[in-house]
Amino acid sequence: MSLTTSFDPHLDEPEAPLYAARKKIYPQGVSGFFRRTKTTILIITLGIYYFLPFLRWDRGPNAPNQALLIDLPHRRAYFFFIEIWPQEVYYLTGLLIIAAMVLFLMNAMAGRIWCGYLCPQTVWTDLFMAVERMIEGDRRTRMNRDAEPMNLETFSYKLLKHSLWLLIAWWTGGVWVLYFADAPTLVKDLIQFEADPIAYVSILTLTLTTYVFAGLMREQVCLYMCPWPRIQAAMTDEYALNVTYRVDRGEPRMSFKKATHARSLGETAGDCIDCQQCVAVCPTGVDIRHGADLGCIQCGLCIDACDEIMEKIGRPTRLIAYDTEVNLKRRKEGLTEIFRPFRARTILYMAIITAVSGVMLYALLTRAPFTVSVIHDRNPIFVKLSDGHIRNGYTVRIANMLPSERIFTLAVEGLHDAHVEIIGGETLIDGRPSVSVGPDQTRELRVTVRALDGREEEPTHLEFTIRDESDGRTAEARDYFRTPHSIH
Amino acid sequence: MTNKTEANVDPHKVVGTTGHDWDGIAELNTPLPRWWLWTFYLTIIWALGYWVVYPAIPLATSFTKGVFGWTSREQVVKDLEGLNTLRGPMTAKIEAASLQDIAKTPELLSFARAQGGAAFAVNCSPCHGAGAQGFKGYPNLNDDDWLWGGSVDAIHTTLQHGIRWDADKDTRSSMMPAFGKDGLLKPNEISASADYVRSLAGLPTEKDADLKLGQKLFTDNCAACHGETGEGNQDVGAPKLSDKVWLYGSDKATIIERITLGGGGQMPAWSQRLDSPTIKSLAIYVHTLGGGQ
Repeated sequence: MSLTTSFDPHLDEPEAPLYAARKKIYPQGVSGFFRRTKTTILIITLGIYYFLPFLRWDRGPNAPNQALLIDLPHRRAYFFFIEIWPQEVYYLTGLLIIAAMVLFLMNAMAGRIWCGYLCPQTVWTDLFMAVERMIEGDRRTRMNRDAEPMNLETFSYKLLKHSLWLLIAWWTGGVWVLYFADAPTLVKDLIQFEADPIAYVSILTLTLTTYVFAGLMREQVCLYMCPWPRIQAAMTDEYALNVTYRVDRGEPRMSFKKATHARSLGETAGDCIDCQQCVAVCPTGVDIRHGADLGCIQCGLCIDACDEIMEKIGRPTRLIAYDTEVNLKRRKEGLTEIFRPFRARTILYMAIITAVSGVMLYALLTRAPFTVSVIHDRNPIFVKLSDGHIRNGYTVRIANMLPSERIFTLAVEGLHDAHVEIIGGETLIDGRPSVSVGPDQTRELRVTVRALDGREEEPTHLEFTIRDESDGRTAEARDYFRTPHSIH
Repeated sequence: MTNKTEANVDPHKVVGTTGHDWDGIAELNTPLPRWWLWTFYLTIIWALGYWVVYPAIPLATSFTKGVFGWTSREQVVKDLEGLNTLRGPMTAKIEAASLQDIAKTPELLSFARAQGGAAFAVNCSPCHGAGAQGFKGYPNLNDDDWLWGGSVDAIHTTLQHGIRWDADKDTRSSMMPAFGKDGLLKPNEISASADYVRSLAGLPTEKDADLKLGQKLFTDNCAACHGETGEGNQDVGAPKLSDKVWLYGSDKATIIERITLGGGGQMPAWSQRLDSPTIKSLAIYVHTLGGGQ
């Protein structure tokens, strides 16, 4: 694989250059099915990105009403009806596993379509290119302008373009911070210069990265910075659909005139008329006719470009198409095409996606509204009291994830005649110590358990149960009671 | 770099190869982008900037200070000031509230326990242990056996003025005589007393133990402070001898050693070193370890 058109390798020189200047790419506008698909996805994804923070979701009192909010100061994340606490970060792990598997599945089905349609780098670059085309004109105009010495007209076009780019980049960064605070309030604060300095720094940083990556670096990000093309190449197979130049149909390539002449004589002529349209529209400057390429992001714009030409010259479309390596070979051998969407790897990916989603869904549906966790004192492991009793100390943490204050009673089972005390504790309910925990809050308690030294050789299992006194729901945690005889 | 010939150019791609060949696999010679090189130079310039801005180069007796005179020490002072400002309102509340009120208010209690725990780790754990579990001669603060009182006020007083800490005029002192070292008791009398002390706590004594003599000696020499039945006296810091908790150990040899040498442990007066809210927090922390009365 090579980066064929991005460089000028100076093949005539005896020494190859160590560093090459970037060869600027002037992607040409194109229309067709894949262009429309890309535009649709662009509008949907950017629409979601720019407007999602403003979507409201009523969670009642004591909770924010923003549909998607990552509240870092309060260590909470809200996704519609889901509220995630820091200790539940495994949901994020699950989400990342699913995301990776979906990416792999996409790759097994149709190569780097993530890169071509969905990747933020592609989406914003596409948007920036559309702005560029609107202001500066299409490929030819831009190339001609750049070839001429700078004049006032070119300069003003460029100034306008960069200003619009910066404006979009600024919006992009501006919206990013809205996911981390109440959006309408933050917008107001930002305008009145009352927001946290970190918000302004984030906006500035993201404005610059968006401007640099989508405006200036573009395909360089895919070629040099992104690890996915490297990983992807090792994960694809001969059944995956990839944007492919159909060599069997295209070669030998010759001009339209020559091809017509050859065909009239009954000689073979390829459908490719070497018009270079596929190269002209490519956003990464790839010549797809060279075969699979590290720079190819599978966006299919060359298919649109080629189809247009094929229609004009009256040849069948899809000379460049989403095609598989196996079919390329089978057509050469005169065999029928085969498609195998269900293969070992796709089935495996789907199985993993289903399993992880299933586990996550189950965990989400059976999620406890409150939890208790217990940590045994590490030092001292036990305390001998003056009357010979043994006391163990525990840090008990009760997390009340409900939006209202709750009274919990604590019961410790597993030891005969154990005396349980919450230090600084509150009133007893039915002989059990109780505490109140505020809405959406965690309370840390120091709990001691005192019992006779039963001289047990093994630590005694204890079951800590908290009970919500309003509805009788419980949560449990386990730990041990240790004596001088069972401290191993 | 090898000389480039036609054979050194990959036939499918327009890029040259290095000329190296491993079983027919050629290595494409793809040059790095030039901006990458510039980025590299930029990092070098950035590093040079660091030399100028921050303390960097060691000299014979000092070092270059950097143009802004930044030091990590000043940074720490600034960070600490920031922390104190942040904690200011809570510290003020701790200062204003009585120890009893702190213990009753969950918000103050958890703050005091956290602050006290941190102060304990720095100031107290060298003697009392990281978990306040104590060592031989250094009391365990988790249990319910207190030398000078286990109420939160008594703990607070101990923290403020220390024990046998002469630099503080309000410190609490008492001194057990060195019965053996100063020749107040003969070795066989010390042995008999030790046996009797063990019997007070219900511990087994040696067969030939002269408990009668021990009891007489105890009444004459020890009961004034430790009480007739060894119940101790917190006013003079005399340990309770009839319980299961022993500061130095309950075996006979250790008890003989204590009777022989006498004396008692020392604790610094912390009011000279820590501010009042910290001492209050420490008192709350120790009291809530579990043994507070």
